[in-house]
Amino acid sequence: MTNVFDAFSGAATSLSGPLPDPTTDAGWSGDHPKRVGFFTDTSVCIGCKACEVACKEWNLVPDDGTDASGLYGLTGMSYDNTGDLGASTWRHVAFIEDVRPHGTATTGHLPSGLPALGGTPPRDAATAPPDGGTVDLLALLPDGGAHGQQTPDDERDVRWLMSSDVCKHCTHAGCLDVCPTGALFRTEYGTVVVQDDICNGCGYCVPSCPYGVIDVRESDGGAHKCTLCYDRLGAGLEPACAKACPTNSIQFGDLDELQAAADARLAELHGRGVEEARLYGRDPDDGVGGDGAFFLLLDEPEVYGLPPDPIVTTRDLPEMWRNAALTAAGLGAAIVAAFFTGGGRRK
Amino acid sequence: MTDANPAEMPERGRVDHDAVKPRRGRRGGKGEQLQVPEAEFRSYYGRPIIKAPVWKNPDVPLYLFLGGLAGSSSVLGAMAAATGRPTLRRAGRLGAAVGAVGGTVFLVHDLHRPARFLHMLRVFKPTSPLSVGTWILSPFATFAAATAATEVTGRFRRTGDVTGVAAAAFGPALATYTAVLFSNTAVPTWHEAHRHLPVLFGSSAAAAGGGFGLVFASVRDNAPAQRLAIAGACTELATEKKMEHDLGLLADVYEKGRAKTLMTASKTCLVAGALGALVGRHRRWSAALSGLALMAGSALTRFGVFDAGIASANDPAHIVVPQRERIARRQASTETSTTPPDRAFA
Repeated sequence: MTNVFDAFSGAATSLSGPLPDPTTDAGWSGDHPKRVGFFTDTSVCIGCKACEVACKEWNLVPDDGTDASGLYGLTGMSYDNTGDLGASTWRHVAFIEDVRPHGTATTGHLPSGLPALGGTPPRDAATAPPDGGTVDLLALLPDGGAHGQQTPDDERDVRWLMSSDVCKHCTHAGCLDVCPTGALFRTEYGTVVVQDDICNGCGYCVPSCPYGVIDVRESDGGAHKCTLCYDRLGAGLEPACAKACPTNSIQFGDLDELQAAADARLAELHGRGVEEARLYGRDPDDGVGGDGAFFLLLDEPEVYGLPPDPIVTTRDLPEMWRNAALTAAGLGAAIVAAFFTGGGRRK
Repeated sequence: MTDANPAEMPERGRVDHDAVKPRRGRRGGKGEQLQVPEAEFRSYYGRPIIKAPVWKNPDVPLYLFLGGLAGSSSVLGAMAAATGRPTLRRAGRLGAAVGAVGGTVFLVHDLHRPARFLHMLRVFKPTSPLSVGTWILSPFATFAAATAATEVTGRFRRTGDVTGVAAAAFGPALATYTAVLFSNTAVPTWHEAHRHLPVLFGSSAAAAGGGFGLVFASVRDNAPAQRLAIAGACTELATEKKMEHDLGLLADVYEKGRAKTLMTASKTCLVAGALGALVGRHRRWSAALSGLALMAGSALTRFGVFDAGIASANDPAHIVVPQRERIARRQASTETSTTPPDRAFA
């Protein structure tokens, strides 16, 4: 276990950088279970929100209460009427309607398999095939929908991007580092969980999360977020969202196996010419030491509302403590000096 | 059960859609653009990426102010006791106790489950500035309150001298740890100022403590308070200017809205207070007025920094643009690799 005073001295290696086993680093004995996580493959997400519903039902998460009108919580953001992750939203499906004028889309916008960039007119289910045969609907979905779902149109090209966001269960979790009560802790599965009976609602974890995941719930004053279904893990079950996902967009498992599966999926998509596919949160060298829940995205992270280069805030903490200590010493010296400069005490 | 009512978190979740337009960056065909044009970025419907602090206003800015006031007052009081300045000693000791006790009240009230304040004392975590701060504040408040009690009652004076020195040992740390508290968050305007905030808050504490001494100490005793207050105000003004310069793009939150108003008011108060202290120390009324202005300037700085942080957290440009620049810099420095950036793991 890391010596607590290392955080002051800067000797701690466990504040940032690659860390193969955060569970042991957090003090668990060597025979703990393997680290688990999520691999969310957004290329096969259909935006059904079954994950949101399953999460709410299993974890008894209350109404989001984010609706200003008090009616339906309509946001005007495509089919996303959830908004973002929060204390009462532990899975959030983002919808992006990527609309471009017809013919102006880049190859990254429309798949190479769809002849939308001039040349032959686009085929769809209503157009009879030239040889009089039957229409193969699946053939119209290039690469099995791997580019996001397409809507061919005479005037515009629309690409649908859908992604189920969740707590990243970071290798270096800012929320856990800054929690002053010990309510947030690293479980034996390498995940990050809030103990509600300890949390005193100080709210420090909220601005410390580089992804904006955890939040304080107004109705009970406690901080809440995804637990990766800690209770289900103990019973040998997979988390509710992964169980409910009908397309296997949300995959649960041991993190090393998920990483191998994600690498294979990325290579497969790149082989099919889907150049815009990229993994997010997979890299153990990134600013949070890699995520326990990582993603395959079809556009830049910020398009999905994710930070492009998150860094755990405590990476710079040793330097901050040094600066504060030096300034404190300087302040003390300045006050003492104020009693002796200027010729001493006036009569 | 809770005092977390929405009205107490007015800034929370309120996205200024005029200020935060979903600006789109160009897409330069395939491949990644290496240089992101300034202030042009993509986002998810212009929504904030990180969550703004749920800390309450005015509780937390006031706690910062009172902590700074108490911290520097405790050292002033101890030094005044050692050098035989009774009215400044009294002012310093009372300022330390009032600041510490008042700050503790605001800190507890800021919790969304105040009844569980003592859970802070379950652990000591150097990775949590709030935990470290709790362990600074708790002994400080105990010693400062004991010292003030001996000062007011006139009993156990020897004990009061000892506890006064003990409080003074924690005082400067109480004044500067709050800078770590703010900068150790993902809020860009706070985090990127982690080299400036300790000096800003420390000098602000000096201005507040010196100002308190000018208000309550006699003209005979108030020279050290005057010198401390002027030095604090000048350092604070200079540090604030340097911080805004070094923050670059992230400083825009100090140039608009309520944060700008607060910081302008703060500078005005600090300049007026410092000038007043310089020329008016020898008259009781002008010394007191200068001291009040300096304390107001210190408090307004804390409110301004707090507001700027909320605005920064709510602006997705503050997250995306600097992080994109960071990625571009990193890629430029590792040009040797021929692997396309998006396929690093293929």
